[in-house]
Amino acid sequence: MNFDLTEERQMMQDTLRRFLADRYTTSVRNEIISSDSGFSSKIWSELADLGIVGALFTEDHGGFGGAGFDISTVFEEMGRAGVVEPFLDTGILGGGLIASLGDDKQKPLVEDVIAGTLHLALAHGEPASRYDLNRVDTTAKTDGDDIVLNGRKAVVMNAEAAGYLLVSARESGASDDTNGISLFLVPAGTAGLTLQGYPLLSGGRAAEVTLDDVRLPTSARLGAAGDAFAAIETQVAAANVALSAEAMGAMETATELTREYLMTRKQFGRPIGTFQALAHRFSDLLIELEQARSAVINAAGHLEGDAHVRDLHIAATRNLIGRVGRLVAEEAIQMHGGIAMTQEYELAHIAKRIIMTDHRFGDTDYHLERFIDLSAA
Amino acid sequence: MDLSFSAEELAFRDEVKAFLTNKLPKDMSDKIRAGQEMSKEGQEQWHAILNAQGWLAPNWPAQYGGAEWNAIQRHIFEEECAFANAPRIVPFGLSMLAPVLQKFGSKEQNDYYLPRILAGDDWWCQGYSEPGAGSDLASLTTRAVRDGDDYIVNGQKTWTTLGQFANMIFCLVRTNTEVKNQEGISFLLIDMDTPGIEVRPIILLDGTAEVNEVWFTDVRVPVENLVGEENKGWTYAKYLLTHERTNIAGVGSSRAGLAAVKRAARAEVSGGRSLMSNALFAARVAQVEIDLMAMSTTNLRIVSKAAVGQAPGVEASMLKVKGTIIRQEINDLARRAAGPYAMPFSSEAVEGDNAPIGPDYAGPVAAQYFNNRKLSIFGGSNEIQRGIIAKVKMGG
Repeated sequence: MNFDLTEERQMMQDTLRRFLADRYTTSVRNEIISSDSGFSSKIWSELADLGIVGALFTEDHGGFGGAGFDISTVFEEMGRAGVVEPFLDTGILGGGLIASLGDDKQKPLVEDVIAGTLHLALAHGEPASRYDLNRVDTTAKTDGDDIVLNGRKAVVMNAEAAGYLLVSARESGASDDTNGISLFLVPAGTAGLTLQGYPLLSGGRAAEVTLDDVRLPTSARLGAAGDAFAAIETQVAAANVALSAEAMGAMETATELTREYLMTRKQFGRPIGTFQALAHRFSDLLIELEQARSAVINAAGHLEGDAHVRDLHIAATRNLIGRVGRLVAEEAIQMHGGIAMTQEYELAHIAKRIIMTDHRFGDTDYHLERFIDLSAA
Repeated sequence: MDLSFSAEELAFRDEVKAFLTNKLPKDMSDKIRAGQEMSKEGQEQWHAILNAQGWLAPNWPAQYGGAEWNAIQRHIFEEECAFANAPRIVPFGLSMLAPVLQKFGSKEQNDYYLPRILAGDDWWCQGYSEPGAGSDLASLTTRAVRDGDDYIVNGQKTWTTLGQFANMIFCLVRTNTEVKNQEGISFLLIDMDTPGIEVRPIILLDGTAEVNEVWFTDVRVPVENLVGEENKGWTYAKYLLTHERTNIAGVGSSRAGLAAVKRAARAEVSGGRSLMSNALFAARVAQVEIDLMAMSTTNLRIVSKAAVGQAPGVEASMLKVKGTIIRQEINDLARRAAGPYAMPFSSEAVEGDNAPIGPDYAGPVAAQYFNNRKLSIFGGSNEIQRGIIAKVKMGG
């Protein structure tokens, strides 16, 4: 047993933490959030230059990491600083799926991602699919040498910035079959592709995507026809490790802000942290935070393993992170009082990042149900 | 024991229902149901409709134009309003300041201000909290120094709800620094147009700007704007905080919120079935509903006592704690029910006429979840309420 980071990961963590502490201050971040693009290209390319995007990919794909613990190390720091740049969407989901499914002509796109020059978006969820990954109603029909896509995609993160959308569509089967789903690389600006963009409550942007007779060459398909589901599940598992680590990093910040506030805010002539009622509640946060850290380690450590074991750990971790996240976010706000409700105070954004994690790839209950099903299998 | 309303109470409820059916504008209830904020004009319109009906001031004595309802009638009215998605009446003038004036104010103050409150001529806001005086309100430091026929006020108030609309503010100010905190506070009425007052919005985490900082720099306030006696303001402030508490449990809002959660969950599909038939989600909803059923009866027990003149004391603190826990749990359920569509930040959905992204029930739920964290913070935080309960009940 050894729970230390490797030397490389430790260096990466130190570098990233230092960079974000210096550059990604509350006011800088709040300006980024309110900007038109919703993220900073400058920060993005600087982090790409530092190798942070590359850390999300294996050496086979031109990166120098790509394991569960690389992902958790990067995203813990993203969470700690409340980063809104689309590392999950361009890196883990978009880049990850091209790396796993792409052919020799498609794979070079991963190099552009690692270099920080290309953004991607996974357009998978649909207005009625909620968190069900197998529910795809968007259709892909072969028409001569072309493929024609029709359908709607919901809350597509980073869609406006993406050079390509990875659009899932059904080539065969019923609407909830795992077989028959393909992924297609749809270049931005393709005729028939419409984006309705909007900001997200916890920062960043997404879009409602309409595909109206989007015509593509068959070379736009990623991998074999109707066979993308397993790859989507695998990258979503990686995304769940990332989201869990990000939430845990954000919880660290929420807890530290709360500790500072409890020891400096005076009411009734003394720091409010000296009231036992608050001190005990703060201690509970620390206990739960250790649980969260261990849960992230469990998920990250099983990411490369057998799919069943992997998914069991992912479901367990997302459930625990969801429960602890809510406790930490709500208690941090409550123990601060009104100040935590103000947009300019760091905790406001951090609490939103923690809570809104619950709305990507399944909430606390979704993962509890999944854990129950996987345990019974 | 009798769990049913009397015939008179039922008749009253029918009258309230009929009034809401006929007089509550549909565009207004649609807005409230969709979680949108009322404009100033909308608030004033509803205020005027209630005033025309004579129901604007249920708790005031008839001599001032009040309806003189008892606590049960008020409870019925508040529940029906919540269920019909009527706007909440801005309470600062009507149910916070007015009872203080009626009990402690001069005849001139009552004759001048009370009709103006009913007519909607004045929009009052509350100047209590300060950056350094939150839970420990008595440590407030906004200073009022007597200078001839005026007080000169300097300091800062914060969390002033809807202060951007107000033309009047009632303030707790320090008039004596030589005595115990509670004994040097006075209750002043201040015209917001007086030179030296500046209102600065505070943007909240959901992007709204409903609260403000109010700054006072050498603001001259005529001595006749002092309520009651100098240095007795703490007594009046406490009266204000304990007087109007029948709606503290928010049973009506919780019922309306729970109904909205069920509507959303019936529309959402998870794993091929309605979310409302998902055992885990249904269990969460049922748990809150069970708590709400019991709290509703707790609330009625306390309301019934109040109806025969026993003012709620520590029970109000209990209702505040339990009531806010339940309301916040319902906000959490609404957020969960919306799924991925809880993520868009559609400020249009909160502020304007644009169609929300995704289903109509999803637009405001996450913002409301965050905004309503305030429920357990303001009006005496739940920690303060627990302190009150312990102090009273443990007999220490």
